[in-house]
Amino acid sequence: MAVEDIGSGCSSSGDQEFHVLAVDDSIIDRKVIERLLKISCCKVTAVDSGSRALQYLGIDGERSSLEFDELKVNLIITDYSMPGMTGYELLKKIKGSTKLRQIPVVIMSSENILARIDRCLEEGAEDFLMKPVQLSDVERLRDFMLRGGEEERELGRKRKTPDDSCDCRPLRKRPTPLATACSSTFRALEEPVIVHES
Amino acid sequence: MEIVGQLQKQFVDFSTSLYGEGFLDEQYLQLQKLQDESNPDFVCEVVSLFFDDSEKLLNNLATALQQQVVDFKQVDAHVHQFKGSSSSIGAQRVKNMCVAFRNFCEEKNLDGCLRCLQQLNHEYFLVKNKLETLFRLERQIVEAGGTVPVIVA
Repeated sequence: MAVEDIGSGCSSSGDQEFHVLAVDDSIIDRKVIERLLKISCCKVTAVDSGSRALQYLGIDGERSSLEFDELKVNLIITDYSMPGMTGYELLKKIKGSTKLRQIPVVIMSSENILARIDRCLEEGAEDFLMKPVQLSDVERLRDFMLRGGEEERELGRKRKTPDDSCDCRPLRKRPTPLATACSSTFRALEEPVIVHES
Repeated sequence: MEIVGQLQKQFVDFSTSLYGEGFLDEQYLQLQKLQDESNPDFVCEVVSLFFDDSEKLLNNLATALQQQVVDFKQVDAHVHQFKGSSSSIGAQRVKNMCVAFRNFCEEKNLDGCLRCLQQLNHEYFLVKNKLETLFRLERQIVEAGGTVPVIVA
């Protein structure tokens, strides 16, 4: 078969599909993340800004609660650097909303700035992915969300120890150079790690 | 050697040289993995978006650097975007040029920025040309009834 085995293929799990809201101002990155998520059997809605994401989520109060339940978003994955509202600002708005704060948020960034990563994780981001995002990142994320994420949310926020079958990089911890290297050996060395963001 | 075989060899040799000379990196290989029978033109579509976006950015950069008072933050924002998109498709030399460019933006070094823009234009059109050649070879192979060889890292 021409296609490499990237997983067991999308089987209909009967109930709703895993719905991801992807937020990125770059049309190229939106196309790629959308494809990564679809291959990983997720339903995807891609928007180009934080404000559009909030509109979609109904945070501005325009959407009725019935509509909101039908559109149920299971995960939000957002770029950090966006004009207008940054991914961090979007994260804060989501975590500050009683309606939306349960939705896990993952931040993507091309810049390996420790202070930025810490700030996002402290604000409640589920994970912080380095761009360009790989298929293995998305698959790991999806597996974590489907398997452990729900458990985690029910029990409240506590550190989750990595499963044996998971990638060695634990989620909700600041990615260490070793952990980053596990997901992609060449990416960790690409740019120097910046400790303090100016 | 029959036509398909010749074309396939050309394709493999050309691809190998693109990776070897640093025009493309691992990320381009990652994009190939996202292409399949259900999305047979995925890579070409992404790269076309990149071409459109890049040419807009290059124009914006030229305009921004021609202003009486150059807004280096704005210039940096454009370069940052270009760095992101080139990184997303694996255009390594373009990406590296953007990294150097950002340093000059930070220093508010206009001459440095202008030189970088020139080099960035050069690198971009080079890789554009290479990718168009690659896509052309792929089309020729398929039209001749063959399959495009899969390049692995």
